[in-house]
Amino acid sequence: MTRVVNLSRREVIAGGATGLVLGFTMGFGNFPALAAHAHASEVFEPNVYLMIDQTGLVTIVAHRSEMGTGIKTGLPMVLADELGADWSRVRIVQAQGDPKYGDQNTDGSRSMRQFYQPMREAGASARQMLEAAAARVWNVNANDCQARNHVIVHVPTGRQLSFGDAAKMAATMEIAPLDHMELRFTAADERRYVGKPVPIVDLDAITRGTATYGIDVTLPGMKYASVERCPVYGGKALHFDATDALKVFGVEQVVEIPATPIPSGFYPLGGIAVIASNTWSAQQGRAKLKITWDFGANADHDTTTYRAELEATAKQPGRVVRSQGNVDAALGEAHRRISADYFVPYYAHAPMEVPNAVAHFADGKCEIWAPTQFPQSARTTASQVLGVPFEDVTVNVTLLGGAFGRKSKSDYVAEAALLSRRIGAPVKVTWTREDEIQHDYYHAISAQHLEAGLDAEGRPSAWLHRTVFPAIESTFQPDVTYGSAGELQQGVTDMPYAIANVRCENGPVANHVRIGWYRSVYNIPHAFAVCSFADELAHAAGKDPLDYLRDLLGEPRKLDFAAMHVNYPNYGASLDTYPVDTGRLRGVLDLVARNSGWGSSLPPRHGRGIAVHRSFLSYAAAVVQVAVGNDGQLTIPRVDIGLDCGLVVNPDRVRAQLEGAVIMAISNALYSNISIKQGRIEQGNFSDYLVARTDIAPETHVHLVESDEPPGGVGEPGVPPVAPAICNAIFAATGKRIRALPIDPAQLKVT
Amino acid sequence: MQQVKINGALHNIDADPQMPLLWAIRDILGLAGTKFGCGIGACGACTVHMDGQAVRSCVTPLSAAAGHEIVTIEGLSSDGTHAVQRAWRANNVPQCGYCQPGQIMQAAALLKETPKPTDQQITDAMSGNICRCGTYVRIRAAIKSAAETI
Repeated sequence: MTRVVNLSRREVIAGGATGLVLGFTMGFGNFPALAAHAHASEVFEPNVYLMIDQTGLVTIVAHRSEMGTGIKTGLPMVLADELGADWSRVRIVQAQGDPKYGDQNTDGSRSMRQFYQPMREAGASARQMLEAAAARVWNVNANDCQARNHVIVHVPTGRQLSFGDAAKMAATMEIAPLDHMELRFTAADERRYVGKPVPIVDLDAITRGTATYGIDVTLPGMKYASVERCPVYGGKALHFDATDALKVFGVEQVVEIPATPIPSGFYPLGGIAVIASNTWSAQQGRAKLKITWDFGANADHDTTTYRAELEATAKQPGRVVRSQGNVDAALGEAHRRISADYFVPYYAHAPMEVPNAVAHFADGKCEIWAPTQFPQSARTTASQVLGVPFEDVTVNVTLLGGAFGRKSKSDYVAEAALLSRRIGAPVKVTWTREDEIQHDYYHAISAQHLEAGLDAEGRPSAWLHRTVFPAIESTFQPDVTYGSAGELQQGVTDMPYAIANVRCENGPVANHVRIGWYRSVYNIPHAFAVCSFADELAHAAGKDPLDYLRDLLGEPRKLDFAAMHVNYPNYGASLDTYPVDTGRLRGVLDLVARNSGWGSSLPPRHGRGIAVHRSFLSYAAAVVQVAVGNDGQLTIPRVDIGLDCGLVVNPDRVRAQLEGAVIMAISNALYSNISIKQGRIEQGNFSDYLVARTDIAPETHVHLVESDEPPGGVGEPGVPPVAPAICNAIFAATGKRIRALPIDPAQLKVT
Repeated sequence: MQQVKINGALHNIDADPQMPLLWAIRDILGLAGTKFGCGIGACGACTVHMDGQAVRSCVTPLSAAAGHEIVTIEGLSSDGTHAVQRAWRANNVPQCGYCQPGQIMQAAALLKETPKPTDQQITDAMSGNICRCGTYVRIRAAIKSAAETI
């Protein structure tokens, strides 16, 4: 028996989902397709996410981009569950970029967080309309009609009406505005899909090689482009000679894309584009270009000297971003003072599918096919560079062959749009791997300085944390030298340990490359430093790191940011709905520790490390077991990783995200490093920009906290605790403390 | 003109003999399942079979493929039911899925030569294939489960 929960809209709002509901109903004008109107269509289309035809086929629109998280399956599962649909009769289509769907910027691990409730409402309201339609067909009370597995059942008599027949009637009826409906939601124990492992909808196509990514799109008459860009950010072509390039078999023309003055934001870097009849000819022609560059203002950028500058700045007092008590006095009175400096390099995203886009400009309009995380922005950017109205640009979203933040930025889409107009034909721009690594929006390089004062029992009485990094805003605005509140919230201002005297500071630094969001973003360096330093303090105090962490987290409490003088954006979410709850940190820490064998004995030069970190409104902990050879060779026999992300919608995909987060974090910790000399990136491909391969992949155990808290992030929170847990494990195994990434195996040799 | 046999059909391809097989397959023949990842044979996304052996099509010139039997992911089975494809689905291996055709082709070549691979043999065979999403643990499990059915 379905438990009917009557929730008025007002109660839903009072229940804490204010932002979600308002974002849904007001953010784009009252759920447009739900506006009261009489339907003439043969298809029942109660809202922008759903269509039901007379055969009963349910079509659900996936409006967030699929880059591997499974969101194209997860959000439709929520809608289908509330609709009472049979998943086998549901078809998923990918939305174009259109504001009518609400936010489509698929980043920040927020698709489920932002759209769980709207999808429930879209499904529940449609279900109630189908029930009302069936009631009209039978001339009975709608309260006696219930949707179950793709039919409407008249409960007193057992009569059934198919979804198709109900949709046929519903399509002729007036649709009530959502805010006039008393929505009833399916009880947790009645859910058929949410909370169950559901395979991704593209699984079969992927294994057959028929899934379509951006790079796979072809149009009749389409040309292929490869673009040579200035090796230094901010440079531009002064002159180019295409004579030899034009002699290459298949090359048709060579055109310039004008450089965007820096900071160039989402706009193209500019460069010389070779247009050919196939990708390879375009690349071959490009290699024959002779270009004279003005390398611009960043031609002296050098990561060795820049790192030294960052580290020197981190030694100096910075702008105070969090303050409690009196850190200087407490440090002065401390029984013992500990300090440590941490470094994390630039990283490149390196999604397996390079940036690419197909554009067809004709008759003043542009149609685009692109693997984009942010289709509305791609549309805006293309319309801006073309100088045409937003309405005259169409963006079709393909599958994304990985993204990790790179494909939120639409420079590559704008390149295709400009080139198509210029050559008067459809064109596909495909970056090479070297292009991707050398012209990325890099994960910010950073230096951090931490100090703590310990009392006689080894407990910290003072905590000082200074962080210095180029800010993402510097990619969009000139003269940005400090981090934003949104960047500092990622592991600095939300440091969760119960310490009386705390001060966090941010030092200034100028920027010389494009900085961008990279999976987990500033949580990567900040969790690395904070979770490593906690381990350093535990060892200084002579305590077990797990026991020490539990003590640091203290009694379960919610961080009071006002009392700490902190501007805490909380990833755009309400702190009432999503507080920073140390009890949940402790819960996931204990879950992972309990399952990891923490404390059991290990062979020599094996060790375990532990870390716990909140990011993107979810709580993640990791226990990593390492083995370090006498030659410094590091292996990772086992990782236990746990997540408390509130409600788990598709547990198999949440597990997959955590398995993948472990691998990405291993890449960050052990392998990846972008270094720069004379403004030029020194790495170019997977031969020198290293990422984790299967030989390092650990046995991975995923532990999920069962919870009915509102959904938090899943894609990113798994990454931050893993690198510090690795380094803490290395310390346990060898006594060597790693404070700079990537780990240098030479430091781990037995000498 | 290069004559290449792909998935059982002979194709006459009008292109530079040095053109990598990858781009002939993708841009000229329109078979998009074989992916570009690096262009230097360092990631395995472009893996196809040449006379049953896994090769990187991005560094295999058309001239070197001429006269050999090439099989791409589209030709691995007629209906997507090769043991490796079934195991990939049973283990829900893919995340973004982009590298998976290459992973599947590499794994199929491994199992053809070594039907019951050891962990080390799996590592050796699969270390040339990068998955940036990090599906390695499931790939390993899928190879083992496919090996059970072969």
